[in-house]
Amino acid sequence: MMFDWISPRALNRRGMLSMNKRNIDYIARYNDRSAYPLVDNKLKTKLVVDECNVASPKLLQVVSEQHEIGHFRERVADLDGFAIKPAKGSGGKGILVIVGRDGDDFVKPSGSKVSLEEIERHLTNILAGLYSLGGSPDVAVIEALVRSDPRLARYSHEGVPDIRIVVFKGYPVMAMLRLATHASDGKANLHQGAVGVGLNLANGQALNAVQFDRPIEFHPDNGLKLADIRIDNWHYLLNMASRCYEATGLGYMGVDLVVDETQGPLLLELNARPGLAIQIANGQGLLPRLKAVEALKRPHLTPEERVHWSMVRAGAENIPEPERWTPALEPMYQI
Amino acid sequence: MIRHSKTPFYLATTLLILAGLLLAVLRHLQMGVPWLPGEQQPVWLVEARIDFQAWGEPVSVDLNIPDQPPGFYTLTEQAASPGYGFAITEHQGDRRAEWTIRDAAGHQTLYFKTRLIPDQYASEPRLEPGPIKPAEIFLEEPDTTAARTLLQQAEARSSDAASLTRELIALLTSDTPDQNTRLLLSDAELASTLYQLLNFGGIPARIADGIQLEDARRQQPLQPWIQIHDGDRWLTFNPRTGVQGVPEDVLLWRQAEGSLLDVVGGTDSIVRFSMLRQTVPALQIVRAEANERAFGSLSLYQLPVEQQGMFRMLLLLPFGALVVCLMRILVGIKTSGTFMPVLIAVAFVQTSLLPGLAAFISVVTLGLLMRGYLSSLNLLLVSRISALIILVLFITAGISIIGYQMGFSTGMTVTFFPMVILAWTIERMSILWEEEGAHEVLIQGAGSLLVAILAYLVMRAPLAEHISFNFPELHLVVLGIILLLGQYTGYKLTELRRFAPMKRYK
Repeated sequence: MMFDWISPRALNRRGMLSMNKRNIDYIARYNDRSAYPLVDNKLKTKLVVDECNVASPKLLQVVSEQHEIGHFRERVADLDGFAIKPAKGSGGKGILVIVGRDGDDFVKPSGSKVSLEEIERHLTNILAGLYSLGGSPDVAVIEALVRSDPRLARYSHEGVPDIRIVVFKGYPVMAMLRLATHASDGKANLHQGAVGVGLNLANGQALNAVQFDRPIEFHPDNGLKLADIRIDNWHYLLNMASRCYEATGLGYMGVDLVVDETQGPLLLELNARPGLAIQIANGQGLLPRLKAVEALKRPHLTPEERVHWSMVRAGAENIPEPERWTPALEPMYQI
Repeated sequence: MIRHSKTPFYLATTLLILAGLLLAVLRHLQMGVPWLPGEQQPVWLVEARIDFQAWGEPVSVDLNIPDQPPGFYTLTEQAASPGYGFAITEHQGDRRAEWTIRDAAGHQTLYFKTRLIPDQYASEPRLEPGPIKPAEIFLEEPDTTAARTLLQQAEARSSDAASLTRELIALLTSDTPDQNTRLLLSDAELASTLYQLLNFGGIPARIADGIQLEDARRQQPLQPWIQIHDGDRWLTFNPRTGVQGVPEDVLLWRQAEGSLLDVVGGTDSIVRFSMLRQTVPALQIVRAEANERAFGSLSLYQLPVEQQGMFRMLLLLPFGALVVCLMRILVGIKTSGTFMPVLIAVAFVQTSLLPGLAAFISVVTLGLLMRGYLSSLNLLLVSRISALIILVLFITAGISIIGYQMGFSTGMTVTFFPMVILAWTIERMSILWEEEGAHEVLIQGAGSLLVAILAYLVMRAPLAEHISFNFPELHLVVLGIILLLGQYTGYKLTELRRFAPMKRYK
């Protein structure tokens, strides 16, 4: 397998989007630079998507100064689970998830313990900008712990599974479920070893699965058959992802959602540079779908219409027709 | 989003590349900068040796020396003359070497050496606008009549001064000379007859002395050449054949009215010429010429030597950047830090590869170990990096000292690595290790080193060094290529492997 190659022509035929093409023809062209801070800063993301009725995990506190770390101890005293994230972190870097307490120590999803001193050092690192792009000073965001819906959580090993949906000009174009593994240390990050399961846009049904860019059939840790997965509330999730387009204006982005057992779907984060592994997980290239959206002469104006178009294109049947929204010809309110 | 048309971009890039190439070609043609390093060019070393008997009085010797001879460029001039004062003077277009001494007796020998490069661009006679008056010639009868007749014959068959000269030469060198020709040649040599005839006919003319250049010849005689002034410049004719122009292998030593050699305070003076054909690197010549050519003022040879050395290094950076672009855009190798490999490669250029590699790896490894301890100290990022810089300094000093004690002078080379870059590399590697594991550290570290070594090999290539310094405009071409690479939307080489599982689908 070491020297397993595919020809560029074969990749082209499958419509595989390459890194260079993604950067030049999609990210650089459709993502306005000024919108980047919205997604690169988790605090700003939270605020902006909230306006578009996209829920995200509850914000517990923000540590923005070194001296505030001293108060961290008191503030977390009565908390069992929480997640510490660098506001400007990328690719899951610097995220520390605590699921419980053991005496004075805190317990990570893997079961290993962290002392308060280690958490404080972690906060110091975040503030100094260790995890932020370009090393600029950062703030630490502390969010309520997401407790994953057990129907999905059982597929994931020591971590919250999340759903990545690539949204292009507001149209969901491809989706996958990311499951944490032992190799990924409870993180749903594909290049750290998480499993990616491609999802059918039409119904949320699993297609293929990959780990380390190589196809697999069963979860490496719990042995569950990955093809059995089917996401509930699929239509709702796609709508949520599509609404993020209105919130940020980013033409090409990855929307990361989780399903909380009590609060339902929540937005975890947005990504202005979504990865390419989603194509392998789906066994299909992104290009034909992106081109179909680009070819639309009259783009749909509401998230519902866009999601409907995407699902129908993916082969969905018997789904409710969305209300067609047409701009009013007359001013609504006349004096 | 606004979509700009790509056509102006491609047009501009193409223009950029073409401009770079064009400038380089011009530089090659104009200044003779060779395309390849180590190219040789012939140089003629011509030596004039003056012998005379001094009377034991103050002696002053002056010799006419070449003044921009057509077809040659003067590289160096030097005089060897123990005890004599020496100066080069110029008076009304007469360039002379002057030796002086208060007191000299007996046999004296003086040398004047000049090194000349054949130069096709200097073969055109240079502009010397007149008006120049013809020399006054007084002829006696019957020479006057003979001269008039000859001039009338030649004038009838010519249109201007040059063709008149050719016709006169043809008449004078004819196999069947007529009465007038025989009369005129009976009491003077061919060249001086010609000189007299031309000036008598109102054409400014003079006799030049030429040397036939042949490798390793000694005691070559001077040959007379006739030069006429056509109003703008002096044209040279071979009085023996009537051919206009100076052959490539003839050096016009004297092109002035004055005498070849004047000796005051001595007798029996004689000047002899010997010559030698040498080859020198073409670049050396370019450097010497640079001051005088139009293009020369645009070249880096104008800078002081110290700055030249610095630029030599800086100008290699674009090649390093090109290698990084190729490796990251086309191949897709992961490196830690975008241009860190180029900086390492620059350090390698100074340390040479293997010692540099050993020094780099040992510093980074030791640094990683120490960083492990720093990590447990719970420091702020800025002070951690600062501490790391100081530690790196200690490691470097340690390696240098130990290396020196063990007799490896290569230990010293470690100081060429930029400390801050090393410290950051260690910090990044350490974070990478904690977050992604040793595997990723190895991949990125090896990727960085691989790209650094490739960049080093490219920057080290004699051709790259030669081209980058001598044809700075070719960096426009590199810039153009880099800009075009920035538009590459195809697959990277590593993606062909990464996406290989796609073979199973469809």
